[in-house]
Amino acid sequence: MSADVRLKLFRDMLLVRRAEEIIRELYSEGDMRCPTHFSIGQEAVSAGVCANLEQRDYVISAHRSHAHYINKNGDLRSMFAELYGKEDGCASGKGGSMHLIDLDVNFLGCVPIVGSTIPIGVGAAFGAKLQNNDAVTAIFFGDGATESGVFHESLNFAAMHQLRVLFICENNLYSVNTPLEERQPKDRAIIDLAKSHGMPALQYDGQEVENVYISAAEMIANIRSGDGPGFLEYATYRWLEHCGPNEDLQLGYRPDGEYEYWLSRCPIHLHKELLMKEGLLSEQSYKQYITEIDTRVFDAVTFAKQSPFPARETLFRYLYADAS
Amino acid sequence: MSSVRQLKYSEALREAADVCLERDPKVYMLGLGVPDPIGVFGTTAGLREKHGANRVFDMPIAENAMTGIALGSCLVGMRPVMTHMRLEFSMTAMDQICNQAAKWHYMFGGQSAVPLTMRMIIGRGWGQGPQHSQSLHAWFAHIPGLKVVMPTTPYDAKGMLITAIEDNNPVVFLEHRWLYNIHGPVPEGHYTVPFTPRLANEGKDATIVSLSYATLDAIKALRELEKDGIKCDLIDLRAIAPLDDTLILESVARTGRLIVVDQGTLTAGFSAEIIARVSEKAFAHLKAPPIRVALPDCPTPTTRALSNFYYPTPGHIVAAVRKSMGLSYEEDPFTNIDPADKTMDVPDKEFTGPF
Repeated sequence: MSADVRLKLFRDMLLVRRAEEIIRELYSEGDMRCPTHFSIGQEAVSAGVCANLEQRDYVISAHRSHAHYINKNGDLRSMFAELYGKEDGCASGKGGSMHLIDLDVNFLGCVPIVGSTIPIGVGAAFGAKLQNNDAVTAIFFGDGATESGVFHESLNFAAMHQLRVLFICENNLYSVNTPLEERQPKDRAIIDLAKSHGMPALQYDGQEVENVYISAAEMIANIRSGDGPGFLEYATYRWLEHCGPNEDLQLGYRPDGEYEYWLSRCPIHLHKELLMKEGLLSEQSYKQYITEIDTRVFDAVTFAKQSPFPARETLFRYLYADAS
Repeated sequence: MSSVRQLKYSEALREAADVCLERDPKVYMLGLGVPDPIGVFGTTAGLREKHGANRVFDMPIAENAMTGIALGSCLVGMRPVMTHMRLEFSMTAMDQICNQAAKWHYMFGGQSAVPLTMRMIIGRGWGQGPQHSQSLHAWFAHIPGLKVVMPTTPYDAKGMLITAIEDNNPVVFLEHRWLYNIHGPVPEGHYTVPFTPRLANEGKDATIVSLSYATLDAIKALRELEKDGIKCDLIDLRAIAPLDDTLILESVARTGRLIVVDQGTLTAGFSAEIIARVSEKAFAHLKAPPIRVALPDCPTPTTRALSNFYYPTPGHIVAAVRKSMGLSYEEDPFTNIDPADKTMDVPDKEFTGPF
């Protein structure tokens, strides 16, 4: 892996982290008024997978989607304007955090109904196949989505038609505050569900970004070459509450030591240590990255705050698409 | 009439699909049984052979995912036509229809369109029972972002299916199974019919508003009423969402009387919406309370001994019009019905058109 890629992965994760930390800081002002699900702690999966995708490849996501949007190079200003409910938002203020979209980079959208975007992503891949387009569609979802019926329906169809789909399950152990063991059988791995649908499925640690990158690279290459869909499950962890900018340790649903363990496996920290050990990163260049990234994020914040609200007259706009 | 080609409703639907597949390579058809030898009661027969297996195909029994997959293909430029042999099968896809397809254009600020046509067949008779006979058009009409249409005549069936497939929005296209064998004039080739109500009959005494198969019952009722010199406007809604109420309001302004004939159940049904609109916008014109003729608020029974007393008859429409006019009317039009009667749970073979 080239030094450029290794550093890019670091910056990609750092951009997501800083964007969300800044959202956390500003959220309490009460001007970003939409349910917001933070990706903090899970940045390696998004960065490692998306670094393997081309602009023409499609990404679709669910409620916890900031990282996927940002790492697919979604426009930062449009994203922040959307969080503030502004006219210049990526969905003109009609979507919010749970409905990000940037078609310029083929980020098709995201929605908060768990499992819902899995068939829609498969449909994009199906449409691509019908048009002899070899773009890959990457569908991000969590462990909870694998419990939904539509997940199985979608895998069945994707496998039958040998579609160019990468299913990415970010297993962060919780669906809202309900642990995996209260939702799924103990001795059955999530990847076994995908295998039984007839596609390769592999499970990896999701905190070391270079491992994510390498594992995704191999599977995406196979998918693009026409071998059919593939499935990757990454073990990761959500640091914050299910929805909102706060920690939630006081709720007591996390077993003792679990949070501390995963905190010690911070994907940014792990990668920073590695890069510094190998002489690719210094404290000085790290600070330089932070400065550059924060400048970008605050530019987006300023843009968003200055953007006007959508006019009252736009209430009904886009209810229906224009006739063809 | 004789100079114009006559087609059955089902043949008109098939021809609309054929025209659209021919004209636009982005159009494809999917649904259970679509390419099979029966071809969804003839409406898709032969299309696979003509247009190819990659444009006309069957699907797994997975309506929710398949609706999402059709939606997803729209996002990359395709124009799917999905068929449900019974409306009820679409009910497993309500998330994709109501949360996703209906809202996609709006909630993403108009960036993506979902030109998805969802054909759904409403069954009736021969013991279709509780889960093969529901006309849930009012459900769909309650979801902003969906277009909901229900053509009655073969001419409209073809023209409106073409309009639906060429529309850039999700369209719920409802077909009553008892309309499949009626016939009427249908032009060849491409033509479209707008999603607006049509005036199917003119008369000064009352306004009857109906939709889909209920319009056929209303036409029968008109013939009975005319024997007594009663003439009514008959408005066949054709499209219930978005609803253009112009024709209804104009008509009620002339007649002062409103009878709404619905093929769904009564409570919170679409008939209530029509009456509410007229009450809000044309109350001063009403000479009598509006009347609903709709299905009773219970599931469809399977045995004809009960279903014969479940579906309102043309006699119910006649009674409603007469009541509205202050004339004598039959209190219970079911009075002389034989529970074992076999003619009521099949379409009337003597009444097939031309329409």
